[in-house]
Amino acid sequence: MSASAAHLLPRTPPARRAMQWIFGLAAFTYFVYLLWLFDFDRIFTGLPKLWIIVRLMIDWSQIAQWDHAELLRSMVETVAMAFLGTFLAVIFALPLGFMGARNIVPSRVFRFFARRIFDGCRGLDQFIWALVFVRAVGLGPIAGILAIMVAETGVLSKLFAEAIENIDTRQVDAIRSTGASRIAELRYGVLPQILPVLISQALYSIESNSREATILGLVGAGGIGLRLSERIQINAWDQVAYVIVLILITVALIDSLSRWLRLRLIGGPSQQA
Amino acid sequence: MTSADPAWQLFEQRFGALRRARRTESLLIFVILVLLFVVSAVWTDFAPARIIEGVPRIGEYFGKLFSIQPSENAPPEAVLAWQHVFGGVREPQSIAYWFYRFNVYAALLWQTVQMAILATVLGYCAAFALSFPAARTLTANRYVVFVSRRLLEFMRTIPQVVLAFILVWPFGIGPLAGVLAIAIHTTGSLGKLFSELSENADLRPVEGIRAAGGSWLAQMRYGVVPQMLPGFLSYGLLRFEINVRSSTIIGFVGAGGIGQELKRVIGFNIYEEVSAICILILLIVVAIDLLSERVRHRLIGALV
Repeated sequence: MSASAAHLLPRTPPARRAMQWIFGLAAFTYFVYLLWLFDFDRIFTGLPKLWIIVRLMIDWSQIAQWDHAELLRSMVETVAMAFLGTFLAVIFALPLGFMGARNIVPSRVFRFFARRIFDGCRGLDQFIWALVFVRAVGLGPIAGILAIMVAETGVLSKLFAEAIENIDTRQVDAIRSTGASRIAELRYGVLPQILPVLISQALYSIESNSREATILGLVGAGGIGLRLSERIQINAWDQVAYVIVLILITVALIDSLSRWLRLRLIGGPSQQA
Repeated sequence: MTSADPAWQLFEQRFGALRRARRTESLLIFVILVLLFVVSAVWTDFAPARIIEGVPRIGEYFGKLFSIQPSENAPPEAVLAWQHVFGGVREPQSIAYWFYRFNVYAALLWQTVQMAILATVLGYCAAFALSFPAARTLTANRYVVFVSRRLLEFMRTIPQVVLAFILVWPFGIGPLAGVLAIAIHTTGSLGKLFSELSENADLRPVEGIRAAGGSWLAQMRYGVVPQMLPGFLSYGLLRFEINVRSSTIIGFVGAGGIGQELKRVIGFNIYEEVSAICILILLIVVAIDLLSERVRHRLIGALV
């Protein structure tokens, strides 16, 4: 139907139109109720205070006295945490992904439980895992690494399992027809097909985890977050802004590094799954 | 064909060279990875001795999460037992005993979900407005595009929890700071997605409206929006799922929701309540994911 025929279309029937109005009005009322529920009027008293904070943030005249060495060390620690956590997650997620894939493990019950475990790891935020691990292994980056590892294992296992389910089975059949063992089938039939997905996902996870890891320190799980929360608590707003800028630069650096690596290793975005 | 055949020999030679090259490359990548691993491990004190020492403690802590101590000096028991499962609130090892503060949690979870709804709506509207100036094909002025893109980038790169922590100072402890932090982040990430969608829009309707004398606003309203609506809505719902997760943790810095309660029970080591809250968070997150997936499929089906 061409656009010029639009006036020939039947108009919205009045009943439907009334329903749309009622629905729209209800949604709008609910929205206003939410604004009232969350004290949105406080925004007017808060804005002047926010302006004071912003003014303090952009005054960097004391920059020489800040503890740059400590901040940079924590920043590197954050990236190291993200790398270690993701690395371990990839190592754990690879066998788990195979266990959760329909074409590798035919047992329905087994697969169901494997998938529910992934959901459990994934459903709780990294931050909550960090809180739990801080209680279990004490303050420090180890709790953060374990938190990243557990949450990321859940995400990656699911993605790997899906990638394994989507492979081309003919390659596996060819390997099997030569009389190869089951392990050789997985190594030469399945692995080469999922390797691009694996690499690009792992790189992407390192990127997103270095973002996420910056906040884990707020609960004592190591990294720059601890320094940031100290500075917010003593209202050292100029240093807060400095730490945020540091985080933004680091994240941008890691993003471009990983984009470069992805292009080199798997040759262009067209091959990504 | 024998091994004396020159073609065969050439093949063998080239194949061998290729194999060697690939093997060296793989080895190099492996060595670099191991090196990075070791450096990171040393930097973060991730020593095997500390891990081995920590593993039993992790097990112990998770064990405690699922056990209760019915009275002061009694030995700890499992949190549930078959013979008591459906007992009342005063009967240890029953579901009711485990979740005895369910009404408190339910209220806080409801607040968490409502925070996510409001933050998504606010962020969606702001992202919608900002996505048109940020789309290269729709806005002629290069500086406007540049400024809106940098603004969106800035909004999505600051970690939400940090933003909430900062906003708690001017706006006071409570859900408002959390809502604003999540809304700002939502604006940044949805704005980017929306502008990318709009850049892929078919420009012929826009040209038609311009030819008829329509203003820039009319071009966007009648030329772009109708094409993009299904995509915008499904991205919005996806973002809502993510925002529910975020609002469960935003309470740790005093910005409202279930996170505040979770922080309290973890701090006071009320073990069975920690596991109870975590289970409820998990359930609500999964339920909302499923619900939103259904709505998304129906919406896309209805609009396309």
